[in-house]
Amino acid sequence: MRKFKLLLSGLLFVSLIQAQETFPVNGIADKRSGTFAFTNATIVKDVQTTLQNATLIISDGKIIAVGNNITIPKEAVVVDCKEKYIYPSFIDIYSDYGITTPQRAPGGFNFSAPAQITSNTKGAYNWNQAIKPETDASKLFAADESKAKPYREIGFGTVLTHVKDGIARGTGAVVTLANAKDGFKENLILLKEKASAHYSFNRGTSSQSYPSSVMGSIALLRQTYLDAQWYKSKPSKEGINLSLQAFNDNQSLPQIFEGDDKWTDLRADRVGDEFGVQYIIKAGGNEYQRIADIAATKATYILSLNYPQAMDVEDPNDARLVSLADMKHWELAPTNPAAFEKANIPFALTTADLRDPKQFLTNLRKAIDLGLSENKALEALTKTPASLLNIYDKVGSLDVGKIANFIITSGPVFNEKTVLLNNWIQGEKYAVKEDGWNDVKGNYTLVINAPSGTINYTLDVKSASAANVIGKDTLTGKFSFDGKIVKLSFSTTPARRSQFGGGAAGSFSGQGGGGFGGGRGGNPSQFRLSGFANGGRWNGNGEDTAGNKVTWTAKFDSAYTAIDSTKKRPSFPQRLGKVVYPFDGYGWEEMPKQENILIKNATVWTNEKDGVLENTDVLVKNGKIAKVGKNLSDESAKIIDGTGKHLTAGIIDEHSHIAAASINEGGQSVTSEVRIGDNLNPEDINIYRQLSGGVTSSHILHGSANTIGGQTQLIKLRWGANDDDLKFKGADPFIKFALGENVKRTTSQNNNRFPDTRMGVDQVLDDAFARAKDYEAAMKADPKGTRRDLELDALVEILNKKRFITCHSYVQSEITSAMRIGDKYGFKFNTFTHILEGYKVADKMKVHGSNASTFSDWWYYKQEVIDANAYNAAIMQKVGLNVCINSDDAEQARRLNQEAAKTVKYGGVGEEDALKMVTLNPAKALHVADKVGSIKIGKDADLVLWSNHPLSIYAVAEKTMVDGIVFFDRTRDLELRKKISSERNRLVQKMLGEKRSGAPTRPAEPSWQVILSCGDHDHHDGLITVDLSTDDTINN
Amino acid sequence: MKKIFLSISSLFLLSVLAVAQETIYPAKEYNGLLFITNGTVHVGNGEVIEGATIQISKGKIVKVGKDIAIPADDVKVIDAKGKQVYPGLILSSSDLGLKEIANGVRGSNDYQEIGDLNPSVRSIVAYNTDSKVIGTLRANGILFAGITPEGGEISGTSSVVQLDAWNWEDAAYKYDNGIHLNMPSFIQRFGRRGGGIPAGIPPALLARFGGGGAEGSDPTKQALEKVEELKTFFREAKAYLQETSHKETNLKFEAVKGLFDKKQKLFVHADQVKQMLSAIDFSKEFGFDVVIVGASESFQIADLLKANNIAVILNQEHSLPATEDDDVDQPYKTPAALQKAGVLFALNDTHDESRYRNLSFNAGTAATYGLTKEQALQAITLNAAKILGIDDKTGSLEVGKDGNVVIADGDILDMKSSNVVYAFIQGRQVSLDNKQKQLYERYKYKYSIK
Repeated sequence: MRKFKLLLSGLLFVSLIQAQETFPVNGIADKRSGTFAFTNATIVKDVQTTLQNATLIISDGKIIAVGNNITIPKEAVVVDCKEKYIYPSFIDIYSDYGITTPQRAPGGFNFSAPAQITSNTKGAYNWNQAIKPETDASKLFAADESKAKPYREIGFGTVLTHVKDGIARGTGAVVTLANAKDGFKENLILLKEKASAHYSFNRGTSSQSYPSSVMGSIALLRQTYLDAQWYKSKPSKEGINLSLQAFNDNQSLPQIFEGDDKWTDLRADRVGDEFGVQYIIKAGGNEYQRIADIAATKATYILSLNYPQAMDVEDPNDARLVSLADMKHWELAPTNPAAFEKANIPFALTTADLRDPKQFLTNLRKAIDLGLSENKALEALTKTPASLLNIYDKVGSLDVGKIANFIITSGPVFNEKTVLLNNWIQGEKYAVKEDGWNDVKGNYTLVINAPSGTINYTLDVKSASAANVIGKDTLTGKFSFDGKIVKLSFSTTPARRSQFGGGAAGSFSGQGGGGFGGGRGGNPSQFRLSGFANGGRWNGNGEDTAGNKVTWTAKFDSAYTAIDSTKKRPSFPQRLGKVVYPFDGYGWEEMPKQENILIKNATVWTNEKDGVLENTDVLVKNGKIAKVGKNLSDESAKIIDGTGKHLTAGIIDEHSHIAAASINEGGQSVTSEVRIGDNLNPEDINIYRQLSGGVTSSHILHGSANTIGGQTQLIKLRWGANDDDLKFKGADPFIKFALGENVKRTTSQNNNRFPDTRMGVDQVLDDAFARAKDYEAAMKADPKGTRRDLELDALVEILNKKRFITCHSYVQSEITSAMRIGDKYGFKFNTFTHILEGYKVADKMKVHGSNASTFSDWWYYKQEVIDANAYNAAIMQKVGLNVCINSDDAEQARRLNQEAAKTVKYGGVGEEDALKMVTLNPAKALHVADKVGSIKIGKDADLVLWSNHPLSIYAVAEKTMVDGIVFFDRTRDLELRKKISSERNRLVQKMLGEKRSGAPTRPAEPSWQVILSCGDHDHHDGLITVDLSTDDTINN
Repeated sequence: MKKIFLSISSLFLLSVLAVAQETIYPAKEYNGLLFITNGTVHVGNGEVIEGATIQISKGKIVKVGKDIAIPADDVKVIDAKGKQVYPGLILSSSDLGLKEIANGVRGSNDYQEIGDLNPSVRSIVAYNTDSKVIGTLRANGILFAGITPEGGEISGTSSVVQLDAWNWEDAAYKYDNGIHLNMPSFIQRFGRRGGGIPAGIPPALLARFGGGGAEGSDPTKQALEKVEELKTFFREAKAYLQETSHKETNLKFEAVKGLFDKKQKLFVHADQVKQMLSAIDFSKEFGFDVVIVGASESFQIADLLKANNIAVILNQEHSLPATEDDDVDQPYKTPAALQKAGVLFALNDTHDESRYRNLSFNAGTAATYGLTKEQALQAITLNAAKILGIDDKTGSLEVGKDGNVVIADGDILDMKSSNVVYAFIQGRQVSLDNKQKQLYERYKYKYSIK
């Protein structure tokens, strides 16, 4: 025993417990069985089974026995683990350990650089650079001691490593964290070559232009699933595609998806559902904000413990720019694991994303403080990841036959005071904190053999760094113990301690007389001792002040009896903010419910034959308009007094870019496969702001980066709903097209993407529909042999009048040529949007059957709008077109009633007709006039109660309801303002407290709001908004 | 109107409509008597006079009130019965006439010079009286504009113009009224330190916003260093200007002489609180008359602005709130906060897509959110005149000032009733025609719309 301990402490990596048969040995063979017996331990075999006073026996890197009363083989080295705990070591399922992280090419992005249309990857691989399922982590893996050590120090023994790059990222490998060396190379460290397949929506280092957006990534992944399926038939036209081959081969593995946020998780899960794949999802950390939706995915999650750091909000001007949502997330992020446990969602834990692996256990303890059970935590670090990777037969518990991967700790593993002593990997010991092995605390008999004779003291060791020496007096010494070497120095006379009563037994020495003489004046003798500890017996040598050499011994006498004052974790509930929907100051603690509402005595703008009705009541029941008339009553209804107020149908914005994670997929000229609906962001504050301006439905359009853009999404502004519930159900699908300057990239100096002229734009359209027609025919003739193409599917839908176009357009030439393409292929351009020169070809548009959706008074911000005209809407209306006024701008959308009013000013449109341009007309253009757009019995109760004439600048929306639910109410809004203010203040104070307690803080980071836009023009946004538009993403 | 219409429709050879406006003429000087009778006169100083008459002689207002006799001679009388009469509206700070087609047509732009310190650069010399935008502003009652250079730290010198002129010398209403300084930002730029970045942005995109400044550098410190450089410039300018003869001329120093003489104002473009506090500091150290332009956060320190006599040009009231936690209507009610604190402020319109024509509707919104209509009007007339240093000549319908008058069918602050029917600059009746109206006529003709 003694010998063994010496050996261990001296040499860290010494034994060659295993050796590789095929490798030659340079020197004398040194084969060892590596048999160890760990006795007297508390062994936590797995979450269910804890053995007291038990023994664990390992040999040749494997567990050969575990339990009570087992026979210890003679060849075993016995390690006494009295008062120690043994756990299976942890498994990190989301790592890139031992793999060089791919980096972007130096120089980063050049936004004026030409587009890269094709992949830069050489070889028989996929057309898109971000699809690289052929990547095999096992082939790239090399053990990396500098990375392994910090991992081991926090208890990990096994990781799943993979290349964190691209959309299809290839396979991950299971490896241990053993150190590679001669005789023990990666061959033995690698436990499983292909354990998982990895995915994300982040194209990573791919320099190819497509995809440049979240929805583009989603579309690409979706198409890849289809392509891989098709590839199984060995299509000769495709030849050999190693990527698709690998993609198919990888399907049998656990499929792991990197989500970076709660919404990404849901998006990923939906893609998986389409193809019968259940992803294991690497969570982003904010899932607690939508835990019910997360649970509904039925996925297993991988949780990082990367919590945001507190910000330095000392300066109120800095604090102002930090949103309540960010502050709340700082407070609530550590509740994420507990939220998963409470919702019964299975999860594993990972160290991924931590700034420093050392934070892991600290952060885990925070999660435990906030409700995560210790058992669940242990399971999430052992059995769960092992089971997910089908390696529970090898690691994840301490069962016979498994790999000897375990940790030895000084106490229960998640206790704050517990020290991780050893981490054994594949039967080899890695010392972590050897000094913690023996509890040094206690009373010792200290004997100093000085030339003058033997002096006896009692040494009272309080910890590895504090001890008193008790002789005549209690002497405070300087003491340190590192597990082996003891250092002690002390004065034989007490320093001035008279002012301290407690603990100072013994008499005062003479030097106290003057009181000011200082510690050294009285000529005390001081000993400086150093020695080795061997269990309870220590010995060594030293010197006194005079330089006399001494030797010394110390013998353990009695245990330290002081009461452990370690406080239990605070059991009182911490005051935490509530999760609200959306996670934002204006969110709901509980979603509002549909009510029956009776609006009394208002001026009702019906948008129907009845026109404007004075002193009229409107009854809303079950989300629909039930009655319109005078003196209505309904007992079930809540009464809203509309006296002096105006009631209109909710505003419908035909052209909007709010509430989405990305808007432009500019990577190619034709991207009809991308779908705005794939990437809705229901937490965009602009939803709420626009409700305050009376908007109830918005048509979220793809941007104008390319000729055939993406599929649009009509939404209702159901503030607080999830992304899917935001959708306007049952509406016809639409798609965005664009013409002119944006799609030919006028502002780019280096455009190399076809088209570069309006002549080319015309050909992009012609070509796309020619291909679509051929594709449709091929599909009919040979549905199995024809490659399913989502891009062309959408165009075929247009040909079959199942999908409709809203087309960004400005000048008359392009409008006319677009219509002629429609004529050629037998479809209509349903709506021309912007259409600032619509007045020049309004007659042609009428013949073609298009709707027009325009700005009221925008012009002269680029060449193609120099003939734009505020009288446009009026002229088009007078020619007989269905005319809408849209916003295309998150700010202007809040005042669309005023924009409509401008048509009264410019061109003398009647007031009722003007209001229709933002209500009924867009409903017609969007094919939803049977549901919304007017106040008519049976239509959805999407209504706005205005304080004034709805076309007046003095009108303010007091209440806005969608489906009979009041989503905006000015009275509630005023209450929310107060609540936001007090909640902000509470969190600012809490962050300040954190800072003052010495915890690390980061500088206050403004909570940037990203405003996505068409890319067409500037926007008028707040101080900390970032306007992302076409040309930002086009090369991206 | 009919005449213009005919001439347009007969010009069928003109395939490029950009020249259509060439039939719109600046009005000739009018030295006779002009009476605007029976209107509801909004003086611009808060006062409203019902059924009043304004008498203008040789371009100046000589009488405003009731019971003003109209001589039987050759005088011009405009009956404003049932109409609203206003002072000519003032667009306080604009790139009008400097920026024609902002995007993609570089050749049409003259608003931003190269270099950091350009006080001697003068906007007036590039002001294009033939900009197609001008006609649309006149038609909405905007008759004056502060023409402002942009870019750099000191962008240059602005001038005030009237909007009905043959050339810039004609247009100049007040030369070189101010020097424009862009206060350095005290906010760390987007994406600099990582974190706080909304999800879903391609990481590479962040590169675009990460430029300039070292990683982790303190934005406040950086800003203060830049501010110190600017102050050094003014300190050296002051010293230079104390000496009358110089071996080597420094045009930059000479350009800021008016600031020290109080003949010019320093227009500090700033939105953030710290930027504005820094502007106050400038006014203290150098004794300049300081106007803050932009000022979206001014509601937070309105009392300080008042206490330090700082005027404000509130740039774009129709904006989104600065933060997601802000009151949804914060930008709309900021004018009321300034009014309440007694700050001298003007409302502006910098909207690049509607091209500044909605100035009066910005004021209308302010009236919806806490100002009275007359206070809102004052913010685009008399207050603006005071801030630009032209209140001796215009900004209100008061005796002694120029005959700069706008007559509208209804409330000019509300789009549904704001049709301007007459406008006068220095007593000259200016054309309200513009390119858009001409195109309207052209296509009414095409479609036989009445």
